[in-house]
Amino acid sequence: MVGLSLSLPKRFQPASVWGLYVVGLLPAAYCFYLGATGNLGADPVKTFELFLGLWAIRFLLLTLAVTPVRDLLGWNLLRYRRALGLICFYYVAMHFLVYAVLDQALMFDVILDDILKRPFIMFGMAGLVMLIALAVTSNRFSIRSMGKKWVWLHRLIYVIAACAALHYALSTKILTVEQVIYICLLIAMILYRAYRPILMLRRREARLRPAT
Amino acid sequence: MSAAFGSSSWAEGLAATKSNYTVDEKLTPIEDVTTYNNFYEFGMDKADPAALSKDFKPRPWTIKVDGMVAKPQTFDVDALIKAFPPEERVYRMRCVEAWSMVIPWDGFQLSKVLDAVEPLGSAKYVAFETVVRPTEMPGQNATFGSLPWPYVEGLRLDEARNPLTLLAVGLYGETLPNQNGAPVRLVVPWKYGFKGIKSIVRITLSDKQPLNTWQAANSGEYGFYANVNPAVDHPRWSQATERRIGEGGFFSSSRHPTLPFNGYADEVASLYSGMDLKANF
Ligand code: HEM
Repeated sequence: MVGLSLSLPKRFQPASVWGLYVVGLLPAAYCFYLGATGNLGADPVKTFELFLGLWAIRFLLLTLAVTPVRDLLGWNLLRYRRALGLICFYYVAMHFLVYAVLDQALMFDVILDDILKRPFIMFGMAGLVMLIALAVTSNRFSIRSMGKKWVWLHRLIYVIAACAALHYALSTKILTVEQVIYICLLIAMILYRAYRPILMLRRREARLRPAT
Repeated sequence: MSAAFGSSSWAEGLAATKSNYTVDEKLTPIEDVTTYNNFYEFGMDKADPAALSKDFKPRPWTIKVDGMVAKPQTFDVDALIKAFPPEERVYRMRCVEAWSMVIPWDGFQLSKVLDAVEPLGSAKYVAFETVVRPTEMPGQNATFGSLPWPYVEGLRLDEARNPLTLLAVGLYGETLPNQNGAPVRLVVPWKYGFKGIKSIVRITLSDKQPLNTWQAANSGEYGFYANVNPAVDHPRWSQATERRIGEGGFFSSSRHPTLPFNGYADEVASLYSGMDLKANF
């Protein structure tokens, strides 16, 4: 398969990763600026909270898309996967902080009650806890020292995707078209991961078969 | 001053007399009252009603009142306004989504219309219906993820006759903007906002409890009574407190405690004496 090379000259690569962090976090910064200056509409706290949740889903999808994009299109974006995953984590963390600090004004009894009682919050919280585990082991040292265990741990991203889909699906009164699209994309990423070993096996067989 | 926000070409001055029905709290700015709306007939986003209701024509308009009444009638909305001169009522508005506003409505008591049609002794409930106009209301064209139309709501007859229950035809001294339910909507200040059905074309008295739209869509989350009650959680959030809309940016907004019956317990609690308000949410 002829892979389309998207690679930059080597010396620009670290800069492009840093650039991704900046661009990725720009929406949050801009939305925060609007909210802090009273320009985010009638219900700024809720608007910001939902905005951050939606961008968390977007970066989760981008993180999950790196592998299928390489398999199916031949574009190698592996270099950006850690940054994409971490940006997703930052959005979820901010989403949670806005919920806890600005929306619930740190009423711990209410927050605890929400986490223990409401299924959609439970799924969100489970997603956040797993993302924390992945974020703290996303450094080179962990990868080297954990070996195979690291690979297994980081497969949790598919469980996180399932939790995020459930959290999002259960968070509204009735499903919107936008929600259905995002949830279908998340399900597609999870299904692709299940299908991938079969795809890889077929490719290997095709390569081994002598050309006729 | 509000013409810029009231998209309706009918947004014009409405003579309304002051009334004793008021609350001693800061009014929610008209920009917020007219741009942050749940009115799924125009779309599911809260900004949709203001953005997508420009083509809606709230005149001419009639309301058919029928069912178990001695004198069924069809009223022209302007004739109603003439017959029952609007008064200003400043009410708290508590949405089931845990946010709230304080709104100066202009309108007349629903009881006046009910008296005019003379309900029969057998009538126990009042059902309301919103107009269906897919050509003017884009949300009614949605093929997915919306509600079945027409939107319907209902009250018990004694709730409908309570002096607090208002048919609003204006807010902030002007005719009702399209996005707020022009030309005439229900305001029941001790109930969650979704009971306040908008753009009403029909009122029917009956001996059967109507199945309101949200209860039909999701009976686990929305009931018939929908009385504001800080002690009964919504399945997805607590109802103990509310975000007051229009208090500014992130750091100037605050949560307010939610009051039983939205602060109108003195006027309406007796309607429900002996009832289990947890079961009848
Ligand atoms: C994997 C982690 C998470 C993701 C991807 C996520 C994503 C989302 C999304 C996309 C929405 C809906 C946005 C919209 O309607 O436009 C949402 C709503 C919400 N999330 Fe999360 N979330 C996560 C974790 C959490 C956590 C840990 C909490 C709090 C404990 C939380 C609390 C909420 C709340 C309160 C809502 C708003 C529901 C509403 O008022 O409509 N989420 N989230």
